[in-house]
Amino acid sequence: MTTMRERFYRLAAQALEDDPSVAMVFAEIGVAEMPRHPRLFNVGIREQLMIGVAAGLALEGMRPVVHSYTPFLVERPYEQVKLDLGHQDLGAVLVSTGASYDSSSSGRTHQAPEDVAALAALPGWTIEVPGHADELERAFRRALAHDGRVYIRLSVEANAAPVEGDGLTVLRRGSDGAPLVVAVGPALDETLAAAADLDATVAYLSTVRPFDRAGLAAALRGTDVVLVEPYLAGTSAAEVARALLDRPHRLLALGVEIPELRRYGTPAEHRAAQGLDAAGIRASLTAFGTRQLRAA
Amino acid sequence: MCHVTAATYDDLQGLIVRLTGDEKHDWSSLSTLDVLWTLYDRVLEPGDRFLLSKGHGPTAFYAVLAAKGILPVDELDGFGGFDSPLGHHPDRTLVPGVEISSGSLGHGLPIAVGAALMGRRVYVLVGDGELDEGSNWEAVQWAGRIGLAPLTAVVVDNHSSTYHWPGGIEGRFELEGWTSAHADGRDHDALERAFRARTGDAPHVVVAEVERR
Repeated sequence: MTTMRERFYRLAAQALEDDPSVAMVFAEIGVAEMPRHPRLFNVGIREQLMIGVAAGLALEGMRPVVHSYTPFLVERPYEQVKLDLGHQDLGAVLVSTGASYDSSSSGRTHQAPEDVAALAALPGWTIEVPGHADELERAFRRALAHDGRVYIRLSVEANAAPVEGDGLTVLRRGSDGAPLVVAVGPALDETLAAAADLDATVAYLSTVRPFDRAGLAAALRGTDVVLVEPYLAGTSAAEVARALLDRPHRLLALGVEIPELRRYGTPAEHRAAQGLDAAGIRASLTAFGTRQLRAA
Repeated sequence: MCHVTAATYDDLQGLIVRLTGDEKHDWSSLSTLDVLWTLYDRVLEPGDRFLLSKGHGPTAFYAVLAAKGILPVDELDGFGGFDSPLGHHPDRTLVPGVEISSGSLGHGLPIAVGAALMGRRVYVLVGDGELDEGSNWEAVQWAGRIGLAPLTAVVVDNHSSTYHWPGGIEGRFELEGWTSAHADGRDHDALERAFRARTGDAPHVVVAEVERR
């Protein structure tokens, strides 16, 4: 199966060929995966410059696509993202690779599960968390078609199949009182496995900002909501609260609980340690009061 | 609406007083006054971009924009007020002629590099203290190495960097592949010559030295 990252490089190279307004700004990472092109600018290992250059290109009417490893794209040049893009009111497409604990054996320096929360704190960002390479392709094409600020978060974790449709998409209906479990991006397959024998409504979301508040409010028939986000736990909790201002509700927000895990190993080991594998999610769901579909 | 006619350099003082009222003049803004005037009066051509990276103390900038008819003179009166577009750091979305919003140091040069990549002639003004910020050097290094000829930086050097620039500011740019010129930051003819000393083969820096405060 094509990884999201492989798909991105193919799409990026094609976009440079097809659209003269597209320019790419890289900081070494990914350059070797791309054919040379006069509008693919590699600034070397200079991430502050990477964002500033993207802003300058946007001033000139270009559609800059900026790509690097998550901590070096979002965290290191965070003030550039805030000011050079946001405050200047300029657009860019930021595409990260290396989600949460993808780079488990590299340790904390190469992990940024705070990425979505950090960008969501800034105004005007569309945040895409594709769960499949096909969803990445859809998000990338959509991002190139306008001039806003878009963050697309690639991950080595992916679901077996893409989900069609935009916004919050209900995939499985439980009883009316059952919790609404919203799986984000690559967390879907583990969530579906976790809830297989539970009375739960399972929905999917890959565009997390703007958050589909109306879709959430419409999908919820009981009082209980569970978020399963493959990044910092609670990142979208305030969105759920705003979506449900008109009714009492309970929220369980699952996600990366321990950013400083201080373990190496595999992504699967990290997923389990964060409680984001099927067993961990199931345990959290049952502790939250989710009932089994039939007596054992 | 006030009808704007081409103002002269001597009109700037009145415009600045109109901005600052009874407040004491901000020396930092005035350090840029002659460089800004020379750029807008003699150097910038239609289609060029000017980015004020050192956005702190922008009264000289607003005054020059007003003198050149880019900014309505009437706007000067509300400087810093809630209903005024003119803040103590400029906002490009509020003020005609302001091409970047600045205030936090070290952002203008990298943005200027990006704008110059597509062939636009771009001038960016930074301060010698501002050069403390490492982000500038990312831009200086890369622009020099790729020979980004449409880019001109002007460093207004009022010796405000606490740790100074031993060996000089120009040399640091030259090492990275820039051409450079030094000028008295109060001498309009010398400044114009320094700006015109760009060869067109490399990015160019003008170090405009003004009196230490």
